[in-house]
Amino acid sequence: MEFFERFAVPNPNPAIYASMVAIVVVSLAIIIGLTYFKKWGYLWREWLTTVDHKKIGMMYLISALLMLFRGGVDALMLRAQLSMPDNKLLDPQHYNEVFSTHGIVMIIFMAMPFIFAFMNLIVPLQIGARDVAFPRLNAISFWLFAAGAMLFNISFVIGGSPDAGWTSYFPLAGTEFSESVGTNYYMIAIQISGIGSLMTGINMITTILKMRAPGMTLMKMPMFTWASFMACVIIIFAFPVLTIALLMGTTDRLFATNFFTTTNGGMDMLWANFFWVWGHPEVYILILPAFGIYSEVISTFSGRNLYGYKSMVGSMVIISLLSFLVWTHHFFTMGQGALTNSIFSISTMAIAVPTGVKIFNWLLTMWKGKIRFTVPMLYSVGFIPLFTIGGVTGVMLAMSAADYQYHNTMFLVAHFHNTIIPGVVFAMLAGLTYYWPKMFGFMLNERIGKWGFWFLSIGFVLAFFPMYITGLNGQARRMYTYSEATGFGPLNFVAFIGAGLMAIAFCLIVYNIFYSIKHSPRNVGDDPWNARSLEWATHNPVPEYNFARTPHVASSEAFWDAKKHGHELFKGEIEEIHMPNYSGVPFIMGVIFFICGFSFVFSLWIPAIVSLIGIFACMVLRSFEKDDGRLISVEEIKATESKFESAEEIKTAVSTYGGANS
Amino acid sequence: MKIDHTQPLEYSTQQNQLNIFGFWIFLGAEIMLFATLFTAYFIMENRTGNGPTGPEIFEIGPVLFETFILLTSSFTIGLAVHAMRIGRKKAMLAFLGVTLLLGVAFLSAEINEFVHYYHVGATYQTSGFTAALLTTLGTHGGHVTLGFFWGVCILIQVMKDGINARTANKSFIFSLYWHFLDVVWIFIFSFIYLKGLM
Repeated sequence: MEFFERFAVPNPNPAIYASMVAIVVVSLAIIIGLTYFKKWGYLWREWLTTVDHKKIGMMYLISALLMLFRGGVDALMLRAQLSMPDNKLLDPQHYNEVFSTHGIVMIIFMAMPFIFAFMNLIVPLQIGARDVAFPRLNAISFWLFAAGAMLFNISFVIGGSPDAGWTSYFPLAGTEFSESVGTNYYMIAIQISGIGSLMTGINMITTILKMRAPGMTLMKMPMFTWASFMACVIIIFAFPVLTIALLMGTTDRLFATNFFTTTNGGMDMLWANFFWVWGHPEVYILILPAFGIYSEVISTFSGRNLYGYKSMVGSMVIISLLSFLVWTHHFFTMGQGALTNSIFSISTMAIAVPTGVKIFNWLLTMWKGKIRFTVPMLYSVGFIPLFTIGGVTGVMLAMSAADYQYHNTMFLVAHFHNTIIPGVVFAMLAGLTYYWPKMFGFMLNERIGKWGFWFLSIGFVLAFFPMYITGLNGQARRMYTYSEATGFGPLNFVAFIGAGLMAIAFCLIVYNIFYSIKHSPRNVGDDPWNARSLEWATHNPVPEYNFARTPHVASSEAFWDAKKHGHELFKGEIEEIHMPNYSGVPFIMGVIFFICGFSFVFSLWIPAIVSLIGIFACMVLRSFEKDDGRLISVEEIKATESKFESAEEIKTAVSTYGGANS
Repeated sequence: MKIDHTQPLEYSTQQNQLNIFGFWIFLGAEIMLFATLFTAYFIMENRTGNGPTGPEIFEIGPVLFETFILLTSSFTIGLAVHAMRIGRKKAMLAFLGVTLLLGVAFLSAEINEFVHYYHVGATYQTSGFTAALLTTLGTHGGHVTLGFFWGVCILIQVMKDGINARTANKSFIFSLYWHFLDVVWIFIFSFIYLKGLM
């Protein structure tokens, strides 16, 4: 029994026991369901072994939505606890665990897979490629992410959650003050998914630089591809720093080294510096692809080409450079001295300039455009004022002298939610709606989508704007409660209502998916939004080979040119297409990484070593494998293409005679 | 697989070109990885707590031995790639084999060095300095170890299949990796050992 005691949760409460039961029930339901409907083979053949960038993208998307709900429940618990003074809903330890996992889940396991979903789904289509440069590596990236996410998510029922905040500052995160294995989970789960992210970065850079369609020079790439490219460049430079920081944190916790301790020459601030050298670029890894999606959406629904293409690209390059020069602003109060603080103040404020350029470019794209207020466009239009408020409060925080007042208050919490929610989450929801027909061949319901947008926007404003005020009045972040005398009660209750509205919004968005699967008309055609860039030049949903013939491109809006200016996209005859083979090894590697990570968390050395050997065995296997992929024959391509073309004819006929395609 | 005969064998297919390009990007990430380690080392250099300092434990002899061995192996892997380019399988295998043996010699010297540190009281847990030192050296040594097994896999494949577009591509990428580890070692030699001994 002693062996199993280590897996017990250190601070159990009824909610955790209920979650355990729920996890068991849901897992059983999934297993029984798959067996009953005989879907195991389908699941394995079509999804678990896939190397198709579109299917991997969809799996990222599903994971991101699941994690959104996990992190969202955490958020509701936090807001419920703070809704009243002296609330007893959560005890301090539980509150610590919930805000720590909320942050990690939302950043690493929700926002990251969301942007990877769109990078995978859209970038190869936007540059006219068959797949990414390394399809097998792409699958490994996904399964490493999945392994990390699963590992992180079992922490609260096996061994205890991380409780040192999403930043996990040492010495608090050291074994002395965080005794449970929670922080081990933090170190190892993020390490595993971080390796996956790094591999995705390498893969996407190679794809974008080497696999563009003929005629597509760098300055003719669609904006989302540019944004993804810059994000991947940041990944390449930022993630190795995190890898090392996590490695050091792990050895500090598991092998009692002295990197971040306060004795024997250890230096706790080294962690804070490394963490933010990764952490600040990380937020630009998230926001740049989001900017890319807004650029696509705004130009499509304004019916105009993107204003200031070159300045858009230039500002992203400047943002990427500056993102590495601002990390100290996360700890102005930790005593670097006035000179250092001033330098980092200025570099931080400087980021507002290229960001401002982008905001004006979007506004000028809409200027005199014929704006269609579809759901993606609503999110984009909502983004501009809300994000600007977040940016302005960011400049306030950047002033290091003033930051002594704001530091570690709810003002900061309001600021970064104000940039991340309208910045990243709105973009992801806009992208989800915009690219849904690209993925599945039907549209999401507009009416429910609009309800979702309004609930989310109003909920967001109610949830976070009060925090600016309570923060300025001195409400500290990460405090599990406050007394009635502080007067924070009413505003926090407003924030709780806002959080509830946001929860309703996310439920509506998911309900919309189910509703649209049932009721949405199929045969929406290849161009349901009257879009502009190359990804819309193929069919919906996209056939596995993407484009039957390689497109020839002459501008960043190749598809628009083809529609309106008679540009010939597809020249020549259909030829056979080379495709990579599916493989089960990436999934198996993910499973072994999960076992390996779990063994490290609990210092179970024998399974840890065995699973490490397993990982290397998979790599050796891959080295000896001779897999040249397969060819899709011309007949097969023609058969697939004619199926889409006949569907297109039916759709045209239906709409000509006033059919239901409205 | 379309093979382009105007290119060297390792660049002759599109996938081969992608592989090499992607590996260069990966090496970019590796540079960041080691840069972070060096940063940590420089910060920790004088934070020795109650443990020994660098000059107290570094010994120039074994370090010079390791340096010469590794630099020689970089030369021999270059010769292996040259032999591959002119299509001489036996010479290539021989040079690749020598490279890997030198790699093993380097690793055994490094393990010896670690044992020495252990005996003079500079263990992994002793101080911030020893933790940073051993992590930096260990990460490099871990890369060499991984490279050794990788090289063995390639050696077997060249032996079995001869020099073709696939094996040439793998061997070339392996040589990039090996040279990179050498460059990192030069930094370790200069900025950890020589600086510490001065």
